[in-house]
Amino acid sequence: MADNNNLIVYCEFDEGKIADVSLELLTKGRQLASELGVKLEAIVIGDKLDGVEEQLFPYGVDTVYKVEDKRLYPYTSNPHAAVLINLFKEIKPQICLMGATCIGRDLGPRVSSCLHSGLTADCTALEIGDHKDPKTGKEYQNLLYQIRPAFGGNIVATIVNPDCRPQMATVREGVMKKEVFDPAYKGEVINLDPKKYVSDTDFVVEIIDRHIEKSKINIKNSPIIVAGGYGVGSKENFQLLHELAATLGGEVGASRAAVDAGFTEHDRQIGQTGVTVRPKLYIACGISGQIQHIAGMQESSIIISINNDPNAPINTIADYVITGDMEEVVPKLIKYYKKNSK
Amino acid sequence: MSLNIIVLAKQVPDTRNVGKDAMKEDGTINRAALPAIFNPEDLNALEQALRLKDANPGSTVTLLTMGLPRASEIIREAIFRGADGGIVLTDRALGGADTLATSYSLAQAVKKFGNYDIILGGRQAIDGDTAQVGPQIAEKLGIPQVTYAEEILDLSNGTVTVKRRLESGVETVKAPLPCVVTVNGSAAECRPRNAKRLMRYKRAVSPSEKAKLSESEQAFVDAHPYLQLQEWSAAYVDADPEQIGLPGSPTKVKAIENVVFTAKESRRMDNNDEQIEELIKELIANHTIG
Repeated sequence: MADNNNLIVYCEFDEGKIADVSLELLTKGRQLASELGVKLEAIVIGDKLDGVEEQLFPYGVDTVYKVEDKRLYPYTSNPHAAVLINLFKEIKPQICLMGATCIGRDLGPRVSSCLHSGLTADCTALEIGDHKDPKTGKEYQNLLYQIRPAFGGNIVATIVNPDCRPQMATVREGVMKKEVFDPAYKGEVINLDPKKYVSDTDFVVEIIDRHIEKSKINIKNSPIIVAGGYGVGSKENFQLLHELAATLGGEVGASRAAVDAGFTEHDRQIGQTGVTVRPKLYIACGISGQIQHIAGMQESSIIISINNDPNAPINTIADYVITGDMEEVVPKLIKYYKKNSK
Repeated sequence: MSLNIIVLAKQVPDTRNVGKDAMKEDGTINRAALPAIFNPEDLNALEQALRLKDANPGSTVTLLTMGLPRASEIIREAIFRGADGGIVLTDRALGGADTLATSYSLAQAVKKFGNYDIILGGRQAIDGDTAQVGPQIAEKLGIPQVTYAEEILDLSNGTVTVKRRLESGVETVKAPLPCVVTVNGSAAECRPRNAKRLMRYKRAVSPSEKAKLSESEQAFVDAHPYLQLQEWSAAYVDADPEQIGLPGSPTKVKAIENVVFTAKESRRMDNNDEQIEELIKELIANHTIG
């Protein structure tokens, strides 16, 4: 199948800003579109979209579609889905990328179901490659490889959508890097008439109340992360991690097991189903190192693992391994930092 | 007002403990080889359903699941906790389905079920973590969806009011019935088994389970209709063979790999004061900290 159609990124827009995850996807999208020799397109749906293209062009966007209507903000499922479904029937993108956010994970499935196109959630890598169907022997060129951990992170699967378009994928915030392509890049803007893409009957769900609070926890941008796992043992012991983080000027993160056990809040979860981080120092306390966790922190510059178990899997990727009880080791780290820092 | 409530649930492998033999050669999951549990967030959804039933006497809660015949285990579990009955959609032809083929099959089962007011389900299942089947079923049925629900605040006059827990805060929305609501793990925990219900329903079986019982046990089930769980096939729900199972799945698994991370040469130390102080000094010296 020769596919000269374009790649489109659904961009989230709130309080005058394009979401980081959308810019990260544009960065990846630019790279993939260049490899395929097609255009990179972006779509923004909402209200007060004046000048939003200026935030997008530097990422190498060739076409910005804008759909503006005050009822399209804040996001609700059916109207945004209707816009994408109707637009995609027209422009037939070969690839559509979205953030694996509360919005993207609500919207993507609805669109893919209607268009009968495959959707892969929470990809950790996207590549272009060929594929031969093992049963029919049919060969496909330049498919999107949608690579994601599966099965609680125990395996990594490469998914392809050989026959259906668009090939859709969601990616979590922080997984891809955000990089300006060319500050002077200019593309075109296409304003779409909302009436042509969404009907009044799509506005079925009414937002009664909205309390949007930006999370106070900012692990993604913290240069130092002290993370705790199930081995930390209790909410009380997590307090020790907070002390160490405060001493070093870092943030506290957690593995999924620690969050599931109720030791700390979900906003701190690092890994495939949480945040991906790349701090300069990562101190893993009582974390065994499930693949789904490692996937979210392996690019940290320096990794220290504190664990009772000398054979904890995370130790293989650690620069320093301290075998011992975190309840004893963490206070020592605090003590010797205070003693040696000016 | 009495309601017909459907709860979508999935029996999932306990992903905390799996090895490579858990995957078949075609890249799909070898479910038969793994310990199976009630998907955690589906229990949160069941609790919301049971609360609606408590508030609206005369309502029924029916569990709908797709899987192997042994998925009737989670139907019994749901009945012990308060559900009225359940259906296992099970068929070899459904195997290897991706989320789209799964949602098509379940939507067909919902249509076969007929009259329903609200469909509840967990936000996502722990084996795939995709969160796609709920919204896709809503689309297939042509009804609205409310995802990331934490609590159903009200259901009256043909609408449901739901508190949603999002990454950036809380939103309260009102949707017309019928609709699909997917429930977060942050919602209320499911009530435990009820001892009386456990006694009454512990011998409830599906047709394939019943076939393995002795004649007298089978006669007992025949004489007690409330012990008969339902099993539906793909043909029974009028599913198009082209849209189910592997053939109906637009996504294909190209490759499966066990993950291997590049091992580093780690420096190992014990919980020893001197070594820990040495490490701290080193990190300060190379400006990692301080």
